[in-house]
Amino acid sequence: MSTVPPPWPTDVLIPCPWCGDREDLEFKYGGAGQVAYPKDPGTTGDASWARYVFYRPNTKGPFVERWVHTAGCRRWFTLTRDTATHEILP
Amino acid sequence: MSRLPRGGRIDRNQPLDFTFNGQPLTGCAGDTLASALLANDVRVVARSIMHDRPRGVFSAGIEEPNALVQIGSETMLRATQVELHDGLAATGLNGKGRAIAGTDAGRFDKVYAHSEVLVIGGGGAGLRAALEAGRRGDRVILMDEQQEFGGRLLNAEDDAWARSTVAELAAMPEVRCLTRTTAFGYYDQNLVLGAERRREGERLWQVRARNVVIATGAHERPLVFANNDRPGIMLAGAVSTYLHRYGVAPGRHAVIFTNNDSTDTLAAHLRAAGITVAAVVDLRRGGPITDTEGGSQGLTAVRVGSDWIPCDLLCVSGGFNPTVHLFSQAQGRLRFDEGLACFLPDGTRPGVEVIGRAAGDFELDIKPVWLVPGDNEDWSHHFIDLERDATVADLGQAVGRGMRSVEHIKRYTTIGTGSDQGKTAGINETAIIGTLTGQPIGGVGTTTYRPPYVPVSFSLWAGRNRGELFDPIRVTPIHSWHVAHGAIFEDVGQWKRPWYFPLAGEDMATAVRRECQQAREGVGVMDVSTLGKIDIQGPDALTFLNRIYTNAFDTLPVGMCRYGLMCRADGMVFDDGVVMHLGENHYLATTTSGGAAAVLDWFEEWLQTEWPQLEVRFTSVTDHWAAIAVVGPRSREVLANLFFGVPLDAPRFPFLAIREGETQGVPVRLHRITFSGELAYELWAPGWYGLALWEAVMAAGAPFGISPYGTEAMHVLRAEKGYIIIGQETDGTITPQDLGMDWIVSKKKDFVGKRSFLRSDTARKDRKHLVGLLPVEHDELLPEGAQLTLTAEPSEPVPMVGHVTSSYRSATLGRTFALALVRSGRERIGDTVYAPLPDRTIAATITEPIFWDRENRRRDS
Repeated sequence: MSTVPPPWPTDVLIPCPWCGDREDLEFKYGGAGQVAYPKDPGTTGDASWARYVFYRPNTKGPFVERWVHTAGCRRWFTLTRDTATHEILP
Repeated sequence: MSRLPRGGRIDRNQPLDFTFNGQPLTGCAGDTLASALLANDVRVVARSIMHDRPRGVFSAGIEEPNALVQIGSETMLRATQVELHDGLAATGLNGKGRAIAGTDAGRFDKVYAHSEVLVIGGGGAGLRAALEAGRRGDRVILMDEQQEFGGRLLNAEDDAWARSTVAELAAMPEVRCLTRTTAFGYYDQNLVLGAERRREGERLWQVRARNVVIATGAHERPLVFANNDRPGIMLAGAVSTYLHRYGVAPGRHAVIFTNNDSTDTLAAHLRAAGITVAAVVDLRRGGPITDTEGGSQGLTAVRVGSDWIPCDLLCVSGGFNPTVHLFSQAQGRLRFDEGLACFLPDGTRPGVEVIGRAAGDFELDIKPVWLVPGDNEDWSHHFIDLERDATVADLGQAVGRGMRSVEHIKRYTTIGTGSDQGKTAGINETAIIGTLTGQPIGGVGTTTYRPPYVPVSFSLWAGRNRGELFDPIRVTPIHSWHVAHGAIFEDVGQWKRPWYFPLAGEDMATAVRRECQQAREGVGVMDVSTLGKIDIQGPDALTFLNRIYTNAFDTLPVGMCRYGLMCRADGMVFDDGVVMHLGENHYLATTTSGGAAAVLDWFEEWLQTEWPQLEVRFTSVTDHWAAIAVVGPRSREVLANLFFGVPLDAPRFPFLAIREGETQGVPVRLHRITFSGELAYELWAPGWYGLALWEAVMAAGAPFGISPYGTEAMHVLRAEKGYIIIGQETDGTITPQDLGMDWIVSKKKDFVGKRSFLRSDTARKDRKHLVGLLPVEHDELLPEGAQLTLTAEPSEPVPMVGHVTSSYRSATLGRTFALALVRSGRERIGDTVYAPLPDRTIAATITEPIFWDRENRRRDS
């Protein structure tokens, strides 16, 4: 696995709740937020389990997503980002 | 010589020798290549790309479409931007650069900077903005693409204000002034990239600013008339710049052709410089120039009405285009201003301000004339884009074929696609499209301005990340020994791992065969320090392990190890390794060499996002420990000479047990772990003892013929035993059951991925299973990745039942063998499968995926 930074500018500042604004190359993207792990997988039906494992929203506009500050404090957190403008919403 | 006797910002006492197309010439300090060429009466600098027409200097700046030159390996440079230096050797281009083989010898760096205010453009407006911010105490960065601040003020007689302002800014500790730095890209959240030209190379500035002030001025645009491309036809403002800033007369007999009042004082300035002004053709008052005439050295006459007026310089002004590129990149909208006849910023963007001429803050009396008719209906010499050689006729053809959108026409005609990105062409194109299609100019709009604003070299993007510095390299504490002993290395992630250790005259196959034999029959040693290692501590460590691994660790006592497998939520195998129980609430997990970071991320993700109530902490200790595998039937004898206090026999040091020992003052943790099936020990010592421990092992093993082995032999040894390698036998679509590893999947507890084993797809019986393959011909080596079929000559489309995952020559087995994933493979044991290759088909028998010591006798021997 390579850690070579991309050749284009790292052009988004991600607000880590612990470390403040940092360049996005310090982070890894964690996909959609608010996807709850089923309480008791053993009794979860096939359809609900498949929804948890495979289905994710592909939202245009404000989107709750997870990030992890891999190259910093290693903390996971969620934020809301407008996927159309890249704007990170308060 | 066309150098004026006095005036300009050049230093006549500092002559500089240079060559152009091999011809020796002399310029002055302060010249650009363009001004020096004009001073030497070099009128033809380059030839045009499509029609091979002679072209000369057209502008005095970054917008230059004609005077393209090559200097060494640097190509497509604008002569108007190249600073003259002694010994410079330039050649003109015919619209195309020449790639030079080899490496760019220049030095390229990257600078990351932050400021309250970033001012782009150091003309009058930019200097004022920087001064205001600087006096306020803000941290300011001021960038200008030229070698001197001042912009148009550099053409003025009196530069006292600019001089004192620059001096005041330079004295401010929080203000950083960057000349020769072109801001070429605006990115999200006020990140601006600038390219700083330096003699030894370039620097990439990445500036994050709270406020970006765009003070980039305006570019003059030409008029579009017949044969408007000859050397000697120049933008009027550029003529003024050559006169005032460089002390150069770009011609002797001038005509001015304009549609606005910016040229009102030019005639007087020309005359003051000794240049005759044969005519002023002002479209606000009179008839146009309908044609020009020229020879090999450029312009000789222009036609007004029925008269041909002899001249060698035509000063053209068609108005001004505010430099709105960066504002547009910042998602700013533009509107067409009828009064100034140009596109201006429309509205604002947060944190971005446009000021000065870039914002339309100038006065201009202009009568827009976008297209000057010629003497006939031929539009094929009305050049719109000089760099692309694209004309009104080309544009007319595009419109004739039904195109209306400026974006389509751009791509059809190539207008604006040159390395100048159409800085002198774009707005004329828009307006002429409007004229031809009957649309208002504002309705046609501009093409999208995208970064970079100017061409940027690949070397600049790469910076120092070239060659050895392209990607970090990780080496173990024992690396120097491997190098000294002739190891051939392979890359495993960022790690350099010995692949094999050839003796004199050995090829890879021979070396690997010998290394394998040594480990099976005597004793071999391998540096396994690259194993990922995660220290796990806390009262809930056991609970965490039970949830994340497929197998349970409740029964693992302190001082013992257990192999573990983990899956993703979809039930597919993700990584494996050994978990060591070191003490109460204290474990250490090893991971694959390439998977360490991903596994640590995985642990943290589950702990933090799903099980935050668990009290357990993870620490990466990969680099803390050096690890050495001593492998083979004689490994115990080697260790007996090193660790006197540690009983090494199987009953007292059983398989998967951990012992603490010491040798030569080095504390060592010993593990009975095998990845070859042989009796083997893994010795761990703090990293800084790694080399000493390795050398001690080599010395103790010498009487037994110990020899090092690399990753290739390790792969062969483990495959003979049917041990999987993550990423080789697995690819993210393989379950533990597919691998025949049901024994490691707990039936009692829940763990990540367990529920997915009940999915209809993972539960079906005809999934691909891990099997062994023995080629019918003992010497045939199946290529890894080869697809497998059930018949030797299948009909198309070929039904494929699986693929080869690992394949080697085995000294131990005296033949080739392979591991493969085959549909319903466990039900096909004994069957024959075929690997159809381009030149032959290899037949192989399906076997159990284990070829050596099925009873596991050797590990305890």
